[in-house]
Amino acid sequence: MSGFDKVVHSYEEAMAGLEDGMTVIAGGFGLCGIPENLIAQMKKMGTKDLTIVSNNCGVDGFGLGILLEDRQVKKMVSSYVGENALFMEQLLAGELEVELTPQGTLAEKMRAGGAGIPAFFTATGYGTPVAEGKEVREFNGRNYIMEESVTGDFAIVKGWKADRYGNVIYRHTAQNFNPMAATAGKITVVEVEEIVEPGELDPSQIHTPGIYVDRLILGTFEKRIEQRTVRK
Amino acid sequence: MALTREQIAIRVARELQDGYYVNLGIGIPTLVANYVPEGMEVMLQSENGLLGMGPFPTEDQIDADMINAGKQTVTAATGASIFSSAESFAMIRGGHVDLTVLGAFEVDVEGNIASYMIPGKLIKGMGGAMDLVAGADNIIVTMTHASKHGESKLLTKCSLPLTGAGCIKKVLTDLAYLEIEDGAFILKERAPGISVEEIIAKTEGKLIVPDHVPEMVF
Repeated sequence: MSGFDKVVHSYEEAMAGLEDGMTVIAGGFGLCGIPENLIAQMKKMGTKDLTIVSNNCGVDGFGLGILLEDRQVKKMVSSYVGENALFMEQLLAGELEVELTPQGTLAEKMRAGGAGIPAFFTATGYGTPVAEGKEVREFNGRNYIMEESVTGDFAIVKGWKADRYGNVIYRHTAQNFNPMAATAGKITVVEVEEIVEPGELDPSQIHTPGIYVDRLILGTFEKRIEQRTVRK
Repeated sequence: MALTREQIAIRVARELQDGYYVNLGIGIPTLVANYVPEGMEVMLQSENGLLGMGPFPTEDQIDADMINAGKQTVTAATGASIFSSAESFAMIRGGHVDLTVLGAFEVDVEGNIASYMIPGKLIKGMGGAMDLVAGADNIIVTMTHASKHGESKLLTKCSLPLTGAGCIKKVLTDLAYLEIEDGAFILKERAPGISVEEIIAKTEGKLIVPDHVPEMVF
């Protein structure tokens, strides 16, 4: 196959090179669009002292929550961590550090990181605990705080369909943080539900162009639902 | 009588206008969607990346890839669009959303809002609330006027960590609708059967009471 073929055939290969102390950026919102098998592989590898940048930390027993079971996570950078009892337990015991980051700022930190922009100014968080220690500047009469962008040693991403070249399409709201995460990893690993040949996807419908993707793997997914709500 | 959750939602819904893009927070604000006036079109924005949120799915329609910001399964309305979190917050931060409705623990006369953290007790995180209050011009805060023990939540100065500074102008509580202007709450409307005296007693921050305070009608 060509040099653009990103497909790997095992989860060992997909996460090879992950080491203690690394930073991993993860896509997903709640349990929606999370790279569940890549996370499971990280648990299997037992890598420690990880910094994880992800909107949430899964739930007890699923998603990123499973990395807490063997205390693999040193620090979480997240906007909301309220769905996870083990997380709270470790946080209150001082075993886990958390950097609460506004959701839009978190998305923009990843986007900027992947786009080579080291920092940006936002009004979000001005005058709140989030602003502590951050530079403030006034633009057009309004105060903004400087937020630094983020990049990861790894980015782990869940897509729907991809071609072998790593062009990825997401499905519905499982898109969320995944496109930004994909741009912000030194090594970006994407797991998808279907891999097709180059040319089979409409180029104008690609969400993540293959240039961002280093490894692509075909997975099967449980897709657990956090809040099953139905119409009465 | 203090307003019920439904009455709070009904009162907020009166602020809707045809063609509004609206972000509704978790809890009471979500109920506003049930009271969109007949013949009016509004589009609901869900900050996980959905503009045009539809009703909850039927059992057959449930799709794990289709959720709202409360992580509930939802459907997409006709004409919806779906996008990334960065795009979603570009809409919010960029001031493109016409109305934001969210809950709070405390607000104060300077328009500060505290809604995400109770140190030592509740440290779940702010989610998108800080971006929403910083980005929107038109925000309605829905909350209870006082705690169960009668302690006011409309204060001279918020005691809890802030979600946003100087960004709140409209507050709807179970007792009253108030606006914040020049360092004071201005009492605009009261809940049916609630006296001005009760509202004064339960408002710790500076309160301006006009000569006539109309009762809300439901």
